[in-house]
Amino acid sequence: MKYACRIIDLKKEYVLKSETVRALRGATFDVPEGDFVAIMGPSGSGKSTLLNLLGCLDKPTSGSLFLGDDDVARMNDDQLAEIRSRRIGFVFQSYNLIQQLTVVENIQVPLIYQGRLGRKEHKRCLELAAMVGLGDRLSHRPAQLSGGQQQRVAIARSLVNDPYFILADEPTGNLDSRTTEEILQLFDRLNQEGRTIILVTHEDEVSKRAKRIVRLKDGLVQWDKLNSQETREEAARNALENMPVEV
Amino acid sequence: MIWLSTVQLAIKSLWLHPLRSLLTVLGILIGVSSVIWLLAISKGIGDEARKQIESLGADTIIVRSIKPPAEKLSTQGITPYGLTREEFDMLVRTVPTIKSALPIRELRRQFQYDAKVIDGRLVGCTAEYAEVNKLKVARGHFITEVEGFNRDTSCVLAHKVAERLFPVQDPIGKRIYMPESTDFYTVVGVLEPKNASAAIGGSLSAQDFSGDVYIPILTLQQRIGDMIRRQSGTSFEYETLELNQITLRVANVTDVKRTATLIEEVLSGHNRMEDIAVVVPLELLEQARTTQAMFMVFMGMIAAISLLVGGIGIMNIMLATVTERTREIGIRRALGAKRADIVRQFLIETSVLSIVGGITGILIGLLCGPSVNLAREVVKWWSPRTIAQLPDVIRTVQPQILLESIPIAFYISLAVGIVFGIYPAMRAAKMSPIEALRHE
Repeated sequence: MKYACRIIDLKKEYVLKSETVRALRGATFDVPEGDFVAIMGPSGSGKSTLLNLLGCLDKPTSGSLFLGDDDVARMNDDQLAEIRSRRIGFVFQSYNLIQQLTVVENIQVPLIYQGRLGRKEHKRCLELAAMVGLGDRLSHRPAQLSGGQQQRVAIARSLVNDPYFILADEPTGNLDSRTTEEILQLFDRLNQEGRTIILVTHEDEVSKRAKRIVRLKDGLVQWDKLNSQETREEAARNALENMPVEV
Repeated sequence: MIWLSTVQLAIKSLWLHPLRSLLTVLGILIGVSSVIWLLAISKGIGDEARKQIESLGADTIIVRSIKPPAEKLSTQGITPYGLTREEFDMLVRTVPTIKSALPIRELRRQFQYDAKVIDGRLVGCTAEYAEVNKLKVARGHFITEVEGFNRDTSCVLAHKVAERLFPVQDPIGKRIYMPESTDFYTVVGVLEPKNASAAIGGSLSAQDFSGDVYIPILTLQQRIGDMIRRQSGTSFEYETLELNQITLRVANVTDVKRTATLIEEVLSGHNRMEDIAVVVPLELLEQARTTQAMFMVFMGMIAAISLLVGGIGIMNIMLATVTERTREIGIRRALGAKRADIVRQFLIETSVLSIVGGITGILIGLLCGPSVNLAREVVKWWSPRTIAQLPDVIRTVQPQILLESIPIAFYISLAVGIVFGIYPAMRAAKMSPIEALRHE
């Protein structure tokens, strides 16, 4: 089996005023290609720390984190930046689009830092914008878009570098239930097309839509279970049924 | 490609705050244009002074008689002072490096033709005077050696004298009258207009050639003599002076300084009275060059200070911008920007600011000449008295733009942008992406 990422005994400690905070105490799990994992856990469980490590924004104190065949735990700052631009697709809770850029330009940002932005890449950005349903808003700026639309731009941006996995941090946290559903359906579709998705959330409803749930507690993996097909379908059905009716 | 898109991005980001960017650009603009302006004006002033000295000729030495201070003159009788004809002959005979010598005697006189009387300067000189002072003859001829030798009563009129005394007639061949010496002189030539030469140093006052009448010095000596009677109020003042000035030309420019020393030696008898001055234009020229260089360095420093202030403005704005755009920096870092990419982005932004400031500053700098003239015209129109009271230099200076000041100003502005942009850019790049993303 090919893995999008493998986490082996990953530890992370922070030193805060002579006190050592052990945020991650040796988490271990694999994410095979094509998986759709929800990472859950209460605050203080090490969820954010794991997210930062998976996103190559931070370096672990010990342990290994393989993206493909590379152990990113041994990389320096520039190499991590390189990995981020080539291998990871970020989706954030607050969309994090760059305000002075248009939709297409926002989608292109990771390519700029790979130093490749030709005609072919530009065409791909247009296709991605069309795929997330924003083909008619290419030259809009983020401020002119709704939250759901902004998040779809962010998803298109996360796909532009053909990443090992999409790393989504509470992607529906700022959205209403209807838009949340749209975004989750989009993730579902991407997953069916073969994309690996790692989704960090604290909402049970959202986590039920993933194929698998990894739950953290006190810096360790508390449990790791698969969602049955029935659970996922039921969650999707419930979401639709519970949606408020528009008058 | 990446540079081009970074420049585009920089322009977009700066455009988010047009007023802020404009004010920052203004700081650099003022710095750059003041570099060009101050250098151009100081060059203009210096060149003016140098041109005047150069017009005296680098190979000349001027010895002038000066009226000694009153306490050095005896109260009884009339004390002769200044250069004598004997000294003139002595200089010509004993100083071997002298190529030619020109004796000059000047007097204030009234000139009359028909009923028209004007005041002017009567200059006794030799034929060489026209060449040495670069006077051009419009009609007729300048006084000749023969006329001098014969002590002829021929005279040459400067253009203003000719214009006033002969508004319609042809002056050539006419006889003008000098009431003070009850004497007639025949006009043999009229000169072209010549601008007054400004004063140089303390020992050589401004010369206005426009009211002159030239006659052979020997004629002057014979017909008027050395004694001058000047009426002041009801009393008369007498003074005796043989020569006002001797202009000497040295055969070889390299001998000028040695010759001047020798002349001072020969004329050392005047030291007690302090009634002569030896002016060496070459030395003045060298002094003027040094003064000009110092002046320009000084002006350049003032301009550099304004550029520095502009640079601090850039740094201030960029620090604010970096703080304001922390979030954007976090996003870019998360999406794969290396620290170097962030540094480049902000450096290009400051460079764009400083280049725009530099270019507009140069354009405004190039307008220096017309603007100075315009400012003078405006002041003249608004308050003619103010302009009349201004010193000569300010009224006449023509700024000379130093060509090398343009690239220098441009590169300095670019350097200012980069130097003052580096710290904010480094600060932006040093932020941890996690912290930056969390920034609200």
